[in-house]
Amino acid sequence: MKQKEKAQIIEQVELAPGIWSLRLKTEMAKEAVPGQFIGIYPKDGSRLLMRPISICDADDKDGLLRVVYRAGGAGTKEISSYKAGSEIDILGVLGNGYDIDAVKGKKVLLLGGGIGIPPMLYGCKVLKEKGTDCAAVLGYADSNMFLKDDFEAVCDTHIATMDGSFGTKGTVIDALNEQGVSGNAIFACGPMPMLRAIKSYAAEKGMEAYISLEERMACGVGACLGCVTKTVNVDHHTHVKNSRICVEGPVFKAEDVDI
Amino acid sequence: MNTRVNIAGIELKNPVMTASGTFGSGMEYAEFADLNRLGAVVTKGVANVPWEGNPTPRVTEVYGGMLNAIGLQNPGVDVFMERDLPFLSKYDTRVIVNVCGHTVEEYTETVEKLNSTDVDLYEINLSCPNVKQGALAFGQDPKVLEETTRAIKSASKKPVIIKLSPNVTSIADMARAAEAGGADCISLINTLIGMKIDINRRKFVLANKTGGFSGPAVKPVAVRMVYDAAHAVKIPVIGMGGISNAEDAIEFILAGATAISVGTANFHDPSTTIKVVEGIEEYMSKYGVADINELVGAVSV
Repeated sequence: MKQKEKAQIIEQVELAPGIWSLRLKTEMAKEAVPGQFIGIYPKDGSRLLMRPISICDADDKDGLLRVVYRAGGAGTKEISSYKAGSEIDILGVLGNGYDIDAVKGKKVLLLGGGIGIPPMLYGCKVLKEKGTDCAAVLGYADSNMFLKDDFEAVCDTHIATMDGSFGTKGTVIDALNEQGVSGNAIFACGPMPMLRAIKSYAAEKGMEAYISLEERMACGVGACLGCVTKTVNVDHHTHVKNSRICVEGPVFKAEDVDI
Repeated sequence: MNTRVNIAGIELKNPVMTASGTFGSGMEYAEFADLNRLGAVVTKGVANVPWEGNPTPRVTEVYGGMLNAIGLQNPGVDVFMERDLPFLSKYDTRVIVNVCGHTVEEYTETVEKLNSTDVDLYEINLSCPNVKQGALAFGQDPKVLEETTRAIKSASKKPVIIKLSPNVTSIADMARAAEAGGADCISLINTLIGMKIDINRRKFVLANKTGGFSGPAVKPVAVRMVYDAAHAVKIPVIGMGGISNAEDAIEFILAGATAISVGTANFHDPSTTIKVVEGIEEYMSKYGVADINELVGAVSV
């Protein structure tokens, strides 16, 4: 069930310049699946809309939800200023999440680029719990590599940096090729050029790929039709070739979206 | 305490409605707000056939509000009648269908299909940017507005609300034109046309370049326009534009609105509508108002 609630901030730390890790105490931790997101509301009254942020980890035992986000705009910068002990309004749990059962028995490549890296960590954790093999390939701009240790603690991890300061110089696909990483399914999240490249890569290799899309959002619950993606076929809900990223997504089968 | 109001012979249990386009067809917000407690649910715009809408980005936040250029994406009236209307009909609330179109024929085709249903009222969106006569022609020329209203009214077996654009020189003239065309009620304001530019990329933020500006920042403009419109016509007025709480709603009612709609505030707090219903009752208790209709247009110098 979706709801808006006040969540207590347990921890707020900067992992790399402008990249923040926020841990919240919330009932939503019990429901969240990898690939889902929450909306975090700024408190400044001039900022009305929630900021959609993907879930990096959830622990249903202690009721803790972790998000890792980039404080790029004024709203997320404001959110990053709230310290442990204070409360913040959140909307969730939103979106569909990765289809963990669909990749049972396969080896899943978790491909994260930039601020698309955090949701892969929760994906890795849940895949491992289900006994599904996986490897992570993370693409950073430079050597400010947030969450690298978290990944290395749970799975086989490969790195690409655009400036070549660590790992393979280039993209996550360059790292897949150079470091000889193989698998037979893909979970991916990252910027659009990366997702387009992954869609082609998966089609070429005949691999099943699930990609998480991002778009400017208003309601987060499927009412406003602000965040849509073009689809190959007519969507069952909208009856046009547009799917709502906040409800039918953010995770789509790569072959189903026209990106 | 009486909170019931009457719009064109249709009684609403209270004056609180949803603003078209911000509430889907009720389904998405039913888990946040008990639709039975609302005066009416106004649906997202419905056309005779499915509409794809505009490219993305379609929405962006601005100071105290947002811009949207959804482009009236909708699944078409047939799907609406099969799927959305049966859902809404389960609730004890009035159903107002917002109707959009590119041509008079498209509006009337949708209205004629809905005539056989248990929809209570139509709200006609006459501020589409892409119409046969040219940009915003339906909503910006009083003569065209009057003629269009008359054509839709003659096709309709339900009372008709004409939704007015604020992007006009004289809102009073547009209100009078709708009344002259036979409208049973008018609603306003639709969004103000706005623009946002990303100075780092030197590009428009919205794919459509312009978008409709809504949210708390537009409220003073909306209150003034509701006041002007309500003083220009005898038919009831539904007020909207930046309503976020009961105080805002009361302001519109005092300006002359018989009912009010909550729009963009639903995105900030999905239970805003219920809070407005409760807050209006609290205001009435506090000031000993026995009947909400006493407040309609009750502002004085």
